[in-house]
Order: sequence, then C-alpha cells, then structure tokens
Amino acid sequence: MSKISLIIQREYITRVRKRTFIIMSVLGPVIFAAMMIVPAWLSQVKEQDVKKIAVVDSSKLFRNVIPETELLKFDYMENTSLETLKKTYAQSGYYGILYISQVVTYDPNSVILYSDKQPNLATKMHISNALENYIKSLKLSTYDIKDLDMILKSIKTTINIRTIKLSEGGKEKESSTGIAMAVGYAGGLLIYMFIFIFGAQVMRGVIEEKTNRIVEVVISSVRPFQLMMGKITGIALVGLTQFLIWTVSTFLLVSIARAVLFPNLNLNPTEKVLTQDVMTSGQTVAPAPEVPAEPSADMQQLMTAMQALKNIDFVVMIGSFLFFFLGGYLLYASLFAAVGAAVDNETDTQQFMLPITVPLILAIFVMIGAINSPGSSVSFWFSLIPFTSSVVMMARIPFGVPVWEVLLSMAILVLTFLGTTWMAAKIYRTGILMYGKKVSYRELAKWIRYKG
Amino acid sequence: MPVHLYAGRNIIISSGQDRQSFENLHHAMFVFQAEKIVKQFNGNLALNQVSLDVPEQSIYGLLGPNGAGKTTLIRIINRITAPDSGRLFLNGHELSASDIYTIGYLPEERGLYKKMKVGEQAVYLARLKGLSKQESLSRIKHWFEVFEIRGWWNKKIEELSKGMQQKIQFIVTILHEPKLLIFDEPFSGFDPINTAILKKEVLALRDKGATVLFSTHDMGSVEQLCDHITLIDKGRTILQGEINDIRSAYKSDTYEVRFTGDINLVRPALKADFELVEQSTTGGTGTAKIRIMHHSNGNELLALLINKIHILSFNELIPGMNDIFIRAVKDNT
Repeated sequence: MSKISLIIQREYITRVRKRTFIIMSVLGPVIFAAMMIVPAWLSQVKEQDVKKIAVVDSSKLFRNVIPETELLKFDYMENTSLETLKKTYAQSGYYGILYISQVVTYDPNSVILYSDKQPNLATKMHISNALENYIKSLKLSTYDIKDLDMILKSIKTTINIRTIKLSEGGKEKESSTGIAMAVGYAGGLLIYMFIFIFGAQVMRGVIEEKTNRIVEVVISSVRPFQLMMGKITGIALVGLTQFLIWTVSTFLLVSIARAVLFPNLNLNPTEKVLTQDVMTSGQTVAPAPEVPAEPSADMQQLMTAMQALKNIDFVVMIGSFLFFFLGGYLLYASLFAAVGAAVDNETDTQQFMLPITVPLILAIFVMIGAINSPGSSVSFWFSLIPFTSSVVMMARIPFGVPVWEVLLSMAILVLTFLGTTWMAAKIYRTGILMYGKKVSYRELAKWIRYKG
Repeated sequence: MPVHLYAGRNIIISSGQDRQSFENLHHAMFVFQAEKIVKQFNGNLALNQVSLDVPEQSIYGLLGPNGAGKTTLIRIINRITAPDSGRLFLNGHELSASDIYTIGYLPEERGLYKKMKVGEQAVYLARLKGLSKQESLSRIKHWFEVFEIRGWWNKKIEELSKGMQQKIQFIVTILHEPKLLIFDEPFSGFDPINTAILKKEVLALRDKGATVLFSTHDMGSVEQLCDHITLIDKGRTILQGEINDIRSAYKSDTYEVRFTGDINLVRPALKADFELVEQSTTGGTGTAKIRIMHHSNGNELLALLINKIHILSFNELIPGMNDIFIRAVKDNT
C-alpha cells in the first residue's frame, strides 16, 4: 500500500473513532430532523382535552351560532348571570366564560373570554370569526337584498398563488421561493461550517505533528507534501462521511417521523392540482370531487412545502454540494495547513488566520444577500471568486443558475486550489521543521520562493 | 591540548590525481561522512567546520557539553535543517533527499502521536517505512518481548511515562533494520535496567551489520559502546578518533599499586625516575599512584617495588572518558 494512503487511513480512522465525531453524527441528524418535523408536528398536534365554554350572551343574538368542534363545546347560559358564573367558575369545570355584551354589533371590545388559563390563538380566532361572520350576515340581511345567499356564494373567491419556474427548455417546474431560500441557506451555511470545522482540524493536526516532533520521524519515511496531502485528504473523507451520515439518517428520521406523526398525510391533492393545465387557473376551478374535507391551512402549507422539496433536484443539489464542499475545503485546508506549519502553537495562529477568515465571513454575508437576489451582479461575481464561490454558489443553485456560470465557477475553484496547494506545500515544507522563530509574512514569502 | 587523530593514521596527500583517487577510496571506507559542516543561527556559529567519518559497522559517539551543537549536527544529517556550507556523504555518494529513508533516526524530543494506541502507532510507523502489515506485526511483537512491554499494546502514548515512551520510540526507529542508525541522547530518561537492555541491543545491532551514530552525555556508555568518538564544544571539533587511541593519548604513564607494607621503604628508591603522585591507606591496605618519568617503564617500577612491599595489584591507569571529556573541554576555553 502506498504511503500516502497509509497516512489518509490513519487520519481518517483516528478521527472517525473520536467521541466528538460519533456524538456529532448522532446529534446532527436529530437536530436537522427536529428542525424539519417539529414545526409541522406542533401545528398538527390535537389537544386532547375538550374545552367547554359557558356563553353569557346579553345581546341575545348568538344562540348556537358558534360552531362546535370536537374539542370546543359551548353552553349557552339563559338564566345564569356572569357574576354567579364567575363565583362558581372553579367548581363548574368550564374552560372559560365567554361574555358578549349588548353593544357587540358596534363596539369591537365588547366580547370577553374569562379563563384561568391562557386561551390559545386558534380558540380566540374560532370564536371571533364565527361572531364576525354572523354579525356580518345579520347586517347584510337588514339591506334586504334578493338572493343574497346566491350572490355571496358566487362572489366568494379563493386565491392560492403557486409559483412556477420557467426554464429554458420551456419546461415548467413548480417552485417555492421559501423552500429554495431555505435549501440555499442550508447548503451555503453547511459548506461554510464544514470548511471551518475541518480546515481547523487540518491546522490543529499539523500543529500537533510539529510540536510533538512527529514530523521529524515521519519525514524520514515520507515527503512533507505526502504528509500534508494525506492529512488534508483524510480529513476531507471524514467530512464527507459526516455529511453522508447526516443526509442519510436525517432522511430516514424524517421519513420515520412522517410515517408516525402524519399517517394520513396524502400528497395526492396537490399533485392533482399540479397536473392541471396552468391555463385553466384563470377560470374558477371546482374542487376535485375526490378531494375529501378541505385540509386545514397548516396542513396545506406543509404539503406545499413537501411538494416544493420534491421538486428540488436533489441529485444536482447533492452533487454540487459535494463539489463545492470539496473544492472550497481543499482550497482552504491547504492554507490552514500552511498556517499550522508556520507557527509553534495554536495561540500564534491568529496573525495568519485573518486572511483566511475574512473571505469566509464575507462569503456568508454575500450569501445572505444572494438568497434574496440570486441574480444580482454581486451574487454573480462572488460566486465566481474562488474564495467565496463555494458558499455563495451553493446558496444560488436552488434558485437555478445557468450551467456555464456553475462550470466556470468550478473551473476557477479547481485552478485556485491547485495554486494554493502548491503555495501551501512550500510554506509547509519549510515551516514544519522550523522552531522557535517568530514568522512574518515576509518570511513566508521567502519560503515560497525557495527552490527545490 | 587538543589531539587530532585520523582513525589512528596520518596520511599525507600530495598530487592532484592522487588526491582524487584518495577521495574515492576515502569515501568508500566510511558509511557516513560529514565534511566541514558550518551552521549559523542568528550570527552565532553553532557548527564550525565540523567533519565526521563514520566507519562501517561501528558505534560512533558524538560527545559535547550542553549546547555544543550535537543536536544541530544530527538534524543536519537527517536533513531537518540545512547547513550553511559543507557536504554530507552516505556510502561514498553525496547524501540526497531519498537517502534519509534508509536512516533510522531517534530524535531527542520524542515524536509520537499522543492519542494513538501503542500497537497501532508502531504498526503505522513501521508501514510508513515500507514494511508489510504482517512483517510489521511480527517484528513489533518480537521487540515488545525484548523490552518486556507486551501488555502495552492497547495503551495510549499519553498514558505512558517518558521512559516508556522512549522504548516505543526506540523500537519504531530500529524496526525496519536500517543500515545507519542515528540516536540523539538515546539513554536519557532510562533507568539502569533499561539502559542495560538498550546497550545490549545497540551492540547486537552493530554486530548484525548496522552502523550507529549517537550523541550522549553519558560517558559510561561511551566507554562501553563506542569505537570512535567526536567531541565537539562550542561548535568546533576538539577531539576525534578511535576511542582506544584517545585514551592512550591521554594516559599519563601512571600506575596504581595496591599493597600491604610500608610505602616509605620505597620512597628513597624512586629517585628521579618515578614520582609518587598520591598514596592512601585503608584498613592495612595501601594504594599508591606512581608516575613514571622519562627513560623508564612499568617493568622497572615493578622490579623496584617487589622487594620492598607486598603487592596485591599493579595496573596502568588509563583515563576514563569522563576525565578526558572534562579535560578536553577545559583546555578548549
């Protein structure tokens, strides 16, 4: 087996066996899955307690007006005063007391819900909607319009904006800006994180070998360049493994959670809508007969999100993620290695870290801008500049980027990392065996110019 | 007074052609040579024209007080530091980058991965040297037996004491059986038992054909192991050559006599030929050191003594490396 593969193996195995790696591998997917599932799940969770609300209606207008749901029941009190209800509230078992004053039709503040708990927004909305609608229809009916119900029905319209991306081939794809933003943001941030985490690991590894004098032993077996590239490659593989574990187990966790938490979730209705001709959307579309009860607004949102996720080309996304992760990582890792070789201990790294961290942090700022306007010229240029391209381009890709731009960006990235690796190798070769010397940038430049 | 000995011989070279052929011959005689190595650190001359000629299958000691430049020289030989001027030869050809793969180097500051397990680390370093996995395992097991450390296989390096770490370092240095071994302070941090094991193994390596160059402060080990030495002080060679020649050169024709009887009976007979340097008596047994002046020898001294006192032992005093070291360094100031 060649020596460099031995080095790669050692770097990989010692890191993958570390406790931190294992913890990250378990914790990562749980956190990601939770981020995807918990909001949907929370909106879905049904409260189990039936809430009974006593209604004291001094306007005498609303008997049995508020529709009851499975969990929300209303008792209309005829003869009991608000005062007595309040006094007996503790023993009555009511969730709350709804008081409607006589002036309800013109004073918006005339309805009060008494409770010892904090009633949730859904309950309040349910009540106020019912009352508003009823008052509205009462008021309308006083105008005495003929066929009012018919008119009302015919003017009721629901608008649901779908965004469909037109691509060059005339193909249409349903897209969701929100989802593209989320995916772009996640991709860019993940690359940024990976470059920092694993780049710093390269640096720390180099410092360890230098301060423990391991290099002095090892370079009598291998060339410094092999040692450096072996370390960089080994740690890249650790990063890829981590990414793979995260992706696969997040996917599994989300699938399991979906199956357990939303057994009835059915994407068919949305898919049906999708297949309809876009041209017909101008006309009033009758709901498809198979569609069961109108899904709740939350559910609908969730389904659209899932649909949009489906429409993101994950092969392209993961492929370009891997490329830009590796490209960006290789570019920065060699620089991190050079910094590690130039210093004697970790506290000395600061002066050389600045030129590495500044472009990376800049990349994050540009990325946030790029997510809001992926086509802007700032986004364009920063996704070509190799020091920021991996983060910025990754954020733009979910929105769709012309192929030539991506290829150009990739080519520049590859050329640059070859250049930085060459330069870093020169610094590394000299620095790794140099002790007790405060190194300046001028000194580094001298090392790069050394022949041989 | 510094003594320069050229492997016990003096060779005078005259013509250019002779010189060329001599150089070839000269290089062929030695496994390793350093020629007029100069190294400066921030204006300080760390090494000033230091040369070494290490004969094949010998044990070569590199001696010197702290800060003399021993480690600098060793690092130059291992191409860790570059010399300002001077040349290095291995088996007669100029040392190149790939040659260091054939050297086994034990650095003074030990270089091992602290978090790695002992066995894994040894196998890793052995395989980097080009041994197969099987071969590495069997050799490591053998050496772990020799050093009685079989139980350490799964310990992490950081759990071991300094001396224990050094055993591991020593094993991984010699594992690939290099022809040239360079040890920087191999005995520091070892207890007497382990020092003895190590010395035995160094001699065994030499007998199997290896050439060993090591730096040390421990003069006892020099006397026991070395065939040749170089003593450097303040970057300069002050003493160099075969150890027996050096010790002979430093001997002062003094004999030590252990006896019973009265030494004063001898005094008048010593005259101008001999000088009683010192004498002492413990429990009825006397010890006297007598220097022989010119025109005489040990036999005459013995003949003179044998009639006057009862001799228990009689031997020539050969100076230890410790004394030679101290004298040579003192003379150099």
